Amino acid sequence: MAPEKELVQLIGFWGSPYVLSVRWALKLKGIEYEYHEENLLKKSPLLLQYNPVYKKVPVLLHNGKPLVESLMIIQYIDETWKQNPLQPQDPYERAKTLFWAKFAHEKCIAPMVSSFFKIGEEQEKCVKEACEHLRTLESALEEGKRFFGGETIGFVDIAAAWMGCWARIIEEILSVKLIDEEKMPRLIAWFSNVVEVPALKECMPPTQNLLEHNIKFRKFLVAAAERLQSVPLTGN
Amino acid sequence: MAEVKLFGNWASPFSCRVEVALKLKGVEYEFINEDVQNYKSPLLLKYNPVHKKVPVLVHNGKPISESLVILEYIDETWETGPSLLPKDPYERALVRFWTKFFDEKCLPALWNGCWSVGEEQEKAKEESTELLKILEGTLSDKKFFGGDTIGMVDIVANFISYWLIILQELVGFQVYTKEKFPKLGEWMDDYLNCNIIKENLPPKEKLTAIFRARFEAAAVTK
Repeated sequence: MAPEKELVQLIGFWGSPYVLSVRWALKLKGIEYEYHEENLLKKSPLLLQYNPVYKKVPVLLHNGKPLVESLMIIQYIDETWKQNPLQPQDPYERAKTLFWAKFAHEKCIAPMVSSFFKIGEEQEKCVKEACEHLRTLESALEEGKRFFGGETIGFVDIAAAWMGCWARIIEEILSVKLIDEEKMPRLIAWFSNVVEVPALKECMPPTQNLLEHNIKFRKFLVAAAERLQSVPLTGN
Repeated sequence: MAEVKLFGNWASPFSCRVEVALKLKGVEYEFINEDVQNYKSPLLLKYNPVHKKVPVLVHNGKPISESLVILEYIDETWETGPSLLPKDPYERALVRFWTKFFDEKCLPALWNGCWSVGEEQEKAKEESTELLKILEGTLSDKKFFGGDTIGMVDIVANFISYWLIILQELVGFQVYTKEKFPKLGEWMDDYLNCNIIKENLPPKEKLTAIFRARFEAAAVTK
Protein backbone atom coordinates (compact mmCIF):
# COMPACT_ATOMS: atom_id res chain seq x y z
CA MET A 1 0.00 0.00 0.00
CA ALA A 2 2.75 2.47 0.89
CA PRO A 3 4.83 3.73 -2.07
CA GLU A 4 8.42 2.51 -2.33
CA LYS A 5 10.04 5.88 -1.70
CA GLU A 6 8.69 7.37 1.51
CA LEU A 7 10.11 10.51 3.02
CA VAL A 8 9.47 10.75 6.72
CA GLN A 9 10.89 13.67 8.66
CA LEU A 10 10.51 14.58 12.30
CA ILE A 11 11.03 18.11 13.62
CA GLY A 12 11.72 17.82 17.32
CA PHE A 13 13.58 18.88 20.42
CA TRP A 14 15.78 16.36 22.26
CA GLY A 15 14.25 17.19 25.65
CA SER A 16 10.59 16.96 24.64
CA PRO A 17 8.64 13.93 25.88
CA TYR A 18 6.03 14.48 23.17
CA VAL A 19 8.73 14.16 20.54
CA LEU A 20 9.98 11.07 22.36
CA SER A 21 6.57 9.39 22.13
CA VAL A 22 6.52 9.96 18.36
CA ARG A 23 10.06 8.55 18.08
CA TRP A 24 8.87 5.53 20.03
CA ALA A 25 6.00 5.00 17.56
CA LEU A 26 8.33 5.31 14.57
CA LYS A 27 10.82 2.93 16.17
CA LEU A 28 8.22 0.29 16.98
CA LYS A 29 6.97 0.42 13.41
CA GLY A 30 10.50 0.22 11.99
CA ILE A 31 10.05 3.46 10.04
CA GLU A 32 13.16 5.25 8.85
CA TYR A 33 13.10 8.99 9.18
CA GLU A 34 15.20 12.14 9.10
CA TYR A 35 15.39 14.04 12.33
CA HIS A 36 15.67 17.85 12.54
CA GLU A 37 16.57 19.31 15.92
CA GLU A 38 14.73 22.55 16.63
CA ASN A 39 16.05 25.42 18.77
CA LEU A 40 12.94 26.28 20.77
CA LEU A 41 14.35 29.65 21.79
CA LYS A 42 14.62 30.61 18.15
CA LYS A 43 11.97 28.72 16.22
CA SER A 44 12.84 28.00 12.63
CA PRO A 45 10.79 29.29 9.67
CA LEU A 46 10.22 25.60 8.85
CA LEU A 47 8.49 24.95 12.18
CA LEU A 48 6.40 28.08 11.91
CA GLN A 49 5.42 27.14 8.37
CA TYR A 50 4.40 23.58 9.23
CA ASN A 51 2.73 24.31 12.57
CA PRO A 52 1.41 27.85 12.30
CA VAL A 53 -1.39 27.30 14.81
CA TYR A 54 0.57 25.93 17.78
CA LYS A 55 4.21 26.61 16.70
CA LYS A 56 5.36 23.55 18.64
CA VAL A 57 7.22 20.29 18.24
CA PRO A 58 6.78 17.48 17.34
CA VAL A 59 5.92 17.96 13.69
CA LEU A 60 5.96 14.89 11.48
CA LEU A 61 6.32 15.39 7.74
CA HIS A 62 5.21 12.50 5.58
CA ASN A 63 6.14 13.12 1.96
CA GLY A 64 6.07 16.82 2.78
CA LYS A 65 2.65 16.81 4.45
CA PRO A 66 2.75 18.06 8.06
CA LEU A 67 1.13 16.44 11.07
CA VAL A 68 1.14 17.96 14.54
CA GLU A 69 0.08 17.07 18.12
CA SER A 70 1.74 13.90 19.38
CA LEU A 71 -1.39 11.79 19.96
CA MET A 72 -2.65 12.56 16.48
CA ILE A 73 0.72 11.85 14.95
CA ILE A 74 0.83 8.45 16.67
CA GLN A 75 -2.70 7.65 15.46
CA TYR A 76 -1.67 8.65 11.94
CA ILE A 77 1.46 6.49 12.09
CA ASP A 78 -0.64 3.54 13.27
CA GLU A 79 -3.23 3.99 10.52
CA THR A 80 -0.66 4.48 7.76
CA TRP A 81 1.85 1.75 8.59
CA LYS A 82 -0.02 -1.44 9.44
CA GLN A 83 2.82 -3.53 10.90
CA ASN A 84 3.02 -3.90 14.72
CA PRO A 85 -0.37 -2.30 15.39
CA LEU A 86 -0.42 0.07 18.34
CA GLN A 87 -4.19 0.32 18.68
CA PRO A 88 -6.63 -2.57 19.03
CA GLN A 89 -8.73 -3.65 16.04
CA ASP A 90 -12.01 -3.72 17.93
CA PRO A 91 -13.74 -0.29 17.90
CA TYR A 92 -14.71 -0.47 21.57
CA GLU A 93 -11.23 -1.40 22.72
CA ARG A 94 -9.84 1.32 20.47
CA ALA A 95 -12.23 3.86 22.00
CA LYS A 96 -10.98 2.82 25.45
CA THR A 97 -7.33 3.35 24.52
CA LEU A 98 -8.12 6.73 22.99
CA PHE A 99 -10.05 7.69 26.13
CA TRP A 100 -7.18 6.76 28.45
CA ALA A 101 -4.48 8.34 26.29
CA LYS A 102 -6.45 11.61 26.29
CA PHE A 103 -7.07 11.27 30.04
CA ALA A 104 -3.37 10.75 30.71
CA HIS A 105 -2.48 13.79 28.59
CA GLU A 106 -5.21 16.17 29.69
CA LYS A 107 -5.61 15.23 33.34
CA CYS A 108 -2.25 13.87 34.50
CA ILE A 109 0.45 15.30 32.26
CA ALA A 110 -1.05 18.75 31.70
CA PRO A 111 -1.28 19.73 35.41
CA MET A 112 2.14 18.14 36.03
CA VAL A 113 3.66 20.29 33.33
CA SER A 114 1.68 23.34 34.50
CA SER A 115 3.09 22.98 38.00
CA PHE A 116 6.55 23.48 36.53
CA PHE A 117 5.51 26.89 35.23
CA LYS A 118 3.97 28.04 38.50
CA ILE A 119 4.86 28.92 42.06
CA GLY A 120 3.23 28.92 45.48
CA GLU A 121 -0.47 28.15 45.78
CA GLU A 122 -1.03 27.80 42.07
CA GLN A 123 1.73 25.25 41.87
CA GLU A 124 0.28 23.32 44.81
CA LYS A 125 -3.10 23.26 43.09
CA CYS A 126 -1.59 21.76 39.92
CA VAL A 127 0.33 19.16 41.89
CA LYS A 128 -2.79 18.17 43.83
CA GLU A 129 -4.78 17.89 40.61
CA ALA A 130 -2.09 15.75 38.96
CA CYS A 131 -1.93 13.41 41.97
CA GLU A 132 -5.67 12.95 42.04
CA HIS A 133 -5.77 11.98 38.39
CA LEU A 134 -2.70 9.79 38.66
CA ARG A 135 -4.61 7.77 41.25
CA THR A 136 -7.43 7.37 38.71
CA LEU A 137 -4.92 6.22 36.10
CA GLU A 138 -3.53 3.77 38.65
CA SER A 139 -6.98 2.22 38.96
CA ALA A 140 -7.23 1.86 35.18
CA LEU A 141 -4.13 -0.30 35.08
CA GLU A 142 -4.82 -3.98 35.51
CA GLU A 143 -2.92 -5.95 38.14
CA GLY A 144 -0.29 -8.21 36.68
CA LYS A 145 -0.40 -6.79 33.15
CA ARG A 146 2.92 -5.67 31.77
CA PHE A 147 1.54 -2.88 29.60
CA PHE A 148 -1.63 -0.81 29.60
CA GLY A 149 -3.53 -3.09 27.22
CA GLY A 150 -1.94 -6.39 28.17
CA GLU A 151 1.23 -8.13 27.16
CA THR A 152 1.92 -6.17 23.98
CA ILE A 153 3.02 -2.56 23.93
CA GLY A 154 0.42 -0.18 22.56
CA PHE A 155 -0.95 3.29 22.09
CA VAL A 156 -1.42 4.34 25.71
CA ASP A 157 2.03 3.06 26.68
CA ILE A 158 3.90 5.10 24.12
CA ALA A 159 1.57 8.09 24.46
CA ALA A 160 2.00 8.43 28.19
CA ALA A 161 4.33 6.07 30.08
CA TRP A 162 7.22 8.53 29.69
CA MET A 163 5.51 10.67 32.33
CA GLY A 164 7.16 8.62 35.10
CA CYS A 165 10.59 9.95 34.18
CA TRP A 166 9.44 13.55 33.80
CA ALA A 167 7.45 13.35 37.05
CA ARG A 168 10.62 12.40 38.92
CA ILE A 169 12.48 15.34 37.41
CA ILE A 170 9.69 17.75 38.38
CA GLU A 171 9.63 16.27 41.89
CA GLU A 172 13.33 16.83 42.31
CA ILE A 173 13.42 20.38 40.97
CA LEU A 174 10.25 21.65 42.66
CA SER A 175 10.55 19.55 45.84
CA VAL A 176 7.03 18.23 45.41
CA LYS A 177 5.56 14.73 45.49
CA LEU A 178 3.73 13.45 42.45
CA ILE A 179 4.28 9.69 42.43
CA ASP A 180 3.22 8.01 45.67
CA GLU A 181 5.04 4.68 46.08
CA GLU A 182 2.35 3.31 48.36
CA LYS A 183 -0.68 4.42 46.40
CA MET A 184 0.66 4.01 42.84
CA PRO A 185 2.50 0.66 42.64
CA ARG A 186 0.93 -0.30 39.29
CA LEU A 187 1.82 3.04 37.73
CA ILE A 188 5.41 2.72 38.89
CA ALA A 189 5.65 -0.82 37.49
CA TRP A 190 4.04 0.30 34.23
CA PHE A 191 6.43 3.24 33.78
CA SER A 192 9.35 0.91 34.25
CA ASN A 193 7.98 -1.87 32.01
CA VAL A 194 7.58 0.54 29.13
CA VAL A 195 10.84 2.48 29.31
CA GLU A 196 12.83 -0.73 29.81
CA VAL A 197 11.72 -2.09 26.41
CA PRO A 198 15.10 -2.04 24.57
CA ALA A 199 13.82 -0.26 21.45
CA LEU A 200 12.29 2.46 23.59
CA LYS A 201 15.16 2.72 26.05
CA GLU A 202 17.48 3.48 23.11
CA CYS A 203 15.50 6.64 22.32
CA MET A 204 15.43 8.01 25.87
CA PRO A 205 17.56 11.10 26.43
CA PRO A 206 19.93 10.63 29.41
CA THR A 207 18.13 11.50 32.67
CA GLN A 208 21.06 13.61 33.84
CA ASN A 209 20.85 15.76 30.71
CA LEU A 210 17.11 16.16 31.17
CA LEU A 211 17.60 17.14 34.79
CA GLU A 212 20.27 19.72 33.99
CA HIS A 213 18.26 21.18 31.15
CA ASN A 214 15.11 21.48 33.26
CA ILE A 215 16.95 22.99 36.23
CA LYS A 216 18.14 25.75 33.89
CA PHE A 217 14.68 26.08 32.38
CA ARG A 218 13.08 26.40 35.82
CA LYS A 219 15.58 29.14 36.80
CA PHE A 220 14.68 30.96 33.60
CA LEU A 221 10.94 30.68 34.35
CA VAL A 222 11.35 31.88 37.93
CA ALA A 223 13.50 34.83 36.84
CA ALA A 224 10.93 35.80 34.22
CA ALA A 225 8.12 35.60 36.80
CA GLU A 226 10.17 37.71 39.24
CA ARG A 227 10.69 40.38 36.59
CA LEU A 228 6.96 40.48 35.98
CA GLN A 229 6.16 40.71 39.67
CA SER A 230 9.20 42.85 40.60
CA VAL A 231 9.57 40.90 43.82
CA PRO A 232 11.85 37.96 44.53
CA LEU A 233 10.06 34.62 44.72
CA THR A 234 10.52 32.29 47.65
CA GLY A 235 10.55 28.54 47.33
CA ASN A 236 11.48 26.48 44.31
CA MET B 1 -33.37 -3.44 26.86
CA ALA B 2 -32.26 -0.93 24.20
CA GLU B 3 -29.03 -1.79 22.45
CA VAL B 4 -27.90 1.83 22.28
CA LYS B 5 -28.42 4.31 25.08
CA LEU B 6 -27.29 7.89 25.22
CA PHE B 7 -26.98 9.65 28.55
CA GLY B 8 -27.09 13.30 27.64
CA ASN B 9 -28.60 16.66 28.35
CA TRP B 10 -31.08 18.38 26.01
CA ALA B 11 -29.24 21.71 26.32
CA SER B 12 -25.69 20.45 25.90
CA PRO B 13 -23.88 21.00 22.59
CA PHE B 14 -21.68 17.98 23.39
CA SER B 15 -24.71 15.77 23.85
CA CYS B 16 -26.24 17.22 20.68
CA ARG B 17 -23.15 16.23 18.68
CA VAL B 18 -23.64 12.60 19.55
CA GLU B 19 -27.38 12.69 18.78
CA VAL B 20 -26.67 14.17 15.37
CA ALA B 21 -24.07 11.49 14.67
CA LEU B 22 -26.41 8.67 15.69
CA LYS B 23 -29.23 10.11 13.59
CA LEU B 24 -26.96 10.57 10.56
CA LYS B 25 -26.08 6.90 10.85
CA GLY B 26 -29.71 5.89 11.29
CA VAL B 27 -29.00 4.31 14.68
CA GLU B 28 -31.96 3.89 17.01
CA TYR B 29 -31.21 4.82 20.56
CA GLU B 30 -32.78 5.57 23.90
CA PHE B 31 -32.06 9.06 25.19
CA ILE B 32 -31.79 9.52 28.93
CA ASN B 33 -31.72 13.16 29.98
CA GLU B 34 -29.38 13.86 32.86
CA ASP B 35 -29.77 17.10 34.78
CA VAL B 36 -26.04 17.18 35.46
CA GLN B 37 -26.03 20.67 36.94
CA ASN B 38 -28.20 19.54 39.81
CA TYR B 39 -27.92 15.79 40.12
CA LYS B 40 -25.79 12.97 38.78
CA SER B 41 -27.74 9.74 38.60
CA PRO B 42 -26.27 6.46 39.88
CA LEU B 43 -26.29 5.14 36.31
CA LEU B 44 -24.29 8.11 35.03
CA LEU B 45 -21.76 7.68 37.83
CA LYS B 46 -21.57 3.97 37.00
CA TYR B 47 -21.00 4.54 33.29
CA ASN B 48 -18.72 7.55 33.59
CA PRO B 49 -16.98 7.29 36.95
CA VAL B 50 -13.92 9.18 35.70
CA HIS B 51 -15.48 12.41 34.41
CA LYS B 52 -19.07 12.10 35.76
CA LYS B 53 -20.33 14.01 32.72
CA VAL B 54 -22.55 13.67 29.69
CA PRO B 55 -22.60 12.54 26.97
CA VAL B 56 -22.04 8.86 27.61
CA LEU B 57 -22.91 6.33 24.93
CA VAL B 58 -23.70 2.84 26.16
CA HIS B 59 -23.61 0.22 23.41
CA ASN B 60 -24.67 -3.27 24.45
CA GLY B 61 -23.92 -2.34 28.04
CA LYS B 62 -20.45 -1.00 27.27
CA PRO B 63 -19.95 2.71 28.03
CA ILE B 64 -17.93 5.27 26.09
CA SER B 65 -17.48 8.84 27.23
CA GLU B 66 -15.94 12.04 25.83
CA SER B 67 -17.79 13.27 22.75
CA LEU B 68 -14.80 13.18 20.37
CA VAL B 69 -14.10 9.56 21.35
CA ILE B 70 -17.79 8.70 20.99
CA LEU B 71 -17.99 10.25 17.51
CA GLU B 72 -15.04 8.19 16.27
CA TYR B 73 -16.56 5.08 17.80
CA ILE B 74 -19.91 5.71 16.10
CA ASP B 75 -18.18 6.22 12.76
CA GLU B 76 -16.24 2.97 13.08
CA THR B 77 -19.11 0.87 14.39
CA TRP B 78 -21.98 1.78 12.08
CA GLU B 79 -21.28 1.77 8.39
CA THR B 80 -24.74 3.02 7.40
CA GLY B 81 -25.12 6.66 6.50
CA PRO B 82 -22.37 9.15 5.69
CA SER B 83 -18.85 8.85 7.09
CA LEU B 84 -18.08 11.29 9.87
CA LEU B 85 -14.36 11.00 9.24
CA PRO B 86 -12.60 10.54 5.89
CA LYS B 87 -10.98 7.20 5.08
CA ASP B 88 -7.57 8.64 4.19
CA PRO B 89 -5.26 8.70 7.26
CA TYR B 90 -3.94 12.20 6.49
CA GLU B 91 -7.42 13.63 6.04
CA ARG B 92 -8.43 11.93 9.30
CA ALA B 93 -5.48 13.52 11.06
CA LEU B 94 -6.62 16.94 9.82
CA VAL B 95 -10.14 16.32 11.12
CA ARG B 96 -8.76 15.30 14.52
CA PHE B 97 -6.58 18.40 14.56
CA TRP B 98 -9.46 20.77 13.92
CA THR B 99 -11.84 19.09 16.34
CA LYS B 100 -9.20 19.23 19.07
CA PHE B 101 -8.42 22.85 18.17
CA PHE B 102 -12.10 23.71 18.47
CA ASP B 103 -12.62 21.95 21.79
CA GLU B 104 -9.38 23.01 23.47
CA LYS B 105 -9.04 26.54 22.16
CA CYS B 106 -12.16 28.01 20.52
CA LEU B 107 -14.87 26.72 22.79
CA PRO B 108 -13.24 27.65 26.13
CA ALA B 109 -12.31 31.12 24.87
CA LEU B 110 -15.82 31.80 23.56
CA TRP B 111 -17.47 30.34 26.66
CA ASN B 112 -15.22 32.30 29.05
CA GLY B 113 -15.87 35.43 27.05
CA CYS B 114 -19.60 35.08 27.52
CA TRP B 115 -19.33 34.59 31.28
CA SER B 116 -16.58 37.01 32.22
CA VAL B 117 -16.60 40.76 32.62
CA GLY B 118 -14.24 43.71 32.31
CA GLU B 119 -10.62 43.06 31.45
CA GLU B 120 -11.03 39.30 31.47
CA GLN B 121 -13.81 39.56 28.92
CA GLU B 122 -11.76 41.90 26.74
CA LYS B 123 -8.92 39.41 26.75
CA ALA B 124 -11.28 36.55 25.91
CA LYS B 125 -12.77 38.65 23.12
CA GLU B 126 -9.35 39.23 21.55
CA GLU B 127 -8.42 35.59 21.85
CA SER B 128 -11.76 34.41 20.44
CA THR B 129 -11.48 36.77 17.48
CA GLU B 130 -8.08 35.38 16.56
CA LEU B 131 -9.35 31.82 16.89
CA LEU B 132 -12.45 32.48 14.78
CA LYS B 133 -10.19 33.99 12.11
CA ILE B 134 -8.28 30.71 11.97
CA LEU B 135 -11.55 28.77 11.61
CA GLU B 136 -12.74 31.17 8.93
CA GLY B 137 -9.49 30.53 7.10
CA THR B 138 -9.88 26.76 7.10
CA LEU B 139 -13.28 26.98 5.46
CA SER B 140 -11.72 28.77 2.44
CA ASP B 141 -14.08 27.94 -0.43
CA LYS B 142 -15.72 24.88 1.11
CA LYS B 143 -19.39 24.74 1.96
CA PHE B 144 -18.73 22.72 5.11
CA PHE B 145 -15.58 21.94 7.07
CA GLY B 146 -16.10 18.40 5.78
CA GLY B 147 -16.33 19.55 2.13
CA ASP B 148 -19.60 19.21 0.25
CA THR B 149 -21.29 17.37 3.10
CA ILE B 150 -21.10 17.76 6.85
CA GLY B 151 -18.48 15.81 8.73
CA MET B 152 -17.10 15.52 12.22
CA VAL B 153 -15.61 19.04 12.32
CA ASP B 154 -18.98 20.58 11.41
CA ILE B 155 -20.74 18.55 14.08
CA VAL B 156 -18.14 19.47 16.70
CA ALA B 157 -18.28 23.17 15.76
CA ASN B 158 -22.03 23.16 16.43
CA PHE B 159 -21.59 25.47 19.42
CA ILE B 160 -20.81 28.53 17.32
CA SER B 161 -23.72 27.98 14.95
CA TYR B 162 -26.40 28.10 17.63
CA TRP B 163 -25.41 28.30 21.31
CA LEU B 164 -22.97 31.16 20.75
CA ILE B 165 -25.54 33.18 18.83
CA ILE B 166 -28.06 32.82 21.65
CA LEU B 167 -25.44 33.71 24.27
CA GLN B 168 -24.31 36.75 22.29
CA GLU B 169 -27.88 38.01 22.20
CA LEU B 170 -28.14 37.68 25.97
CA VAL B 171 -24.76 39.12 26.90
CA GLY B 172 -22.86 42.02 25.42
CA PHE B 173 -20.23 39.72 24.01
CA GLN B 174 -20.18 40.37 20.29
CA VAL B 175 -17.31 38.38 18.91
CA TYR B 176 -18.92 36.77 15.91
CA THR B 177 -20.69 38.95 13.35
CA LYS B 178 -21.51 37.99 9.79
CA GLU B 179 -19.65 41.07 8.57
CA LYS B 180 -16.42 40.10 10.31
CA PHE B 181 -16.69 36.39 9.47
CA PRO B 182 -18.66 36.01 6.22
CA LYS B 183 -17.57 32.45 5.52
CA LEU B 184 -18.49 31.28 9.01
CA GLY B 185 -21.81 33.06 8.52
CA GLU B 186 -22.50 31.15 5.31
CA TRP B 187 -21.39 27.94 6.96
CA MET B 188 -23.82 28.51 9.83
CA ASP B 189 -26.71 29.08 7.43
CA ASP B 190 -25.90 25.95 5.43
CA TYR B 191 -25.28 23.90 8.57
CA LEU B 192 -28.49 24.92 10.29
CA ASN B 193 -30.36 24.29 7.06
CA CYS B 194 -29.50 20.59 7.10
CA ASN B 195 -32.61 18.69 8.17
CA ILE B 196 -30.82 16.47 10.65
CA ILE B 197 -29.28 19.51 12.31
CA LYS B 198 -32.30 21.76 12.51
CA GLU B 199 -34.52 18.94 13.75
CA ASN B 200 -32.16 18.22 16.63
CA LEU B 201 -31.49 21.62 18.12
CA PRO B 202 -32.66 22.42 21.63
CA PRO B 203 -35.67 24.81 21.58
CA LYS B 204 -34.42 28.40 21.44
CA GLU B 205 -36.76 29.83 24.09
CA LYS B 206 -36.01 27.05 26.54
CA LEU B 207 -32.25 27.37 26.00
CA THR B 208 -32.39 31.18 26.30
CA ALA B 209 -34.32 30.84 29.55
CA ILE B 210 -31.73 28.45 31.00
CA PHE B 211 -28.86 30.73 30.08
CA ARG B 212 -30.67 33.80 31.38
CA ALA B 213 -31.30 32.07 34.71
CA ARG B 214 -27.62 31.14 34.98
CA PHE B 215 -26.50 34.68 34.17
CA GLU B 216 -28.80 36.13 36.76
CA ALA B 217 -27.61 33.64 39.36
CA ALA B 218 -23.97 34.42 38.50
CA ALA B 219 -24.61 38.19 38.69
CA VAL B 220 -26.08 37.79 42.18
CA THR B 221 -23.04 35.93 43.48
CA LYS B 222 -20.56 38.52 42.14
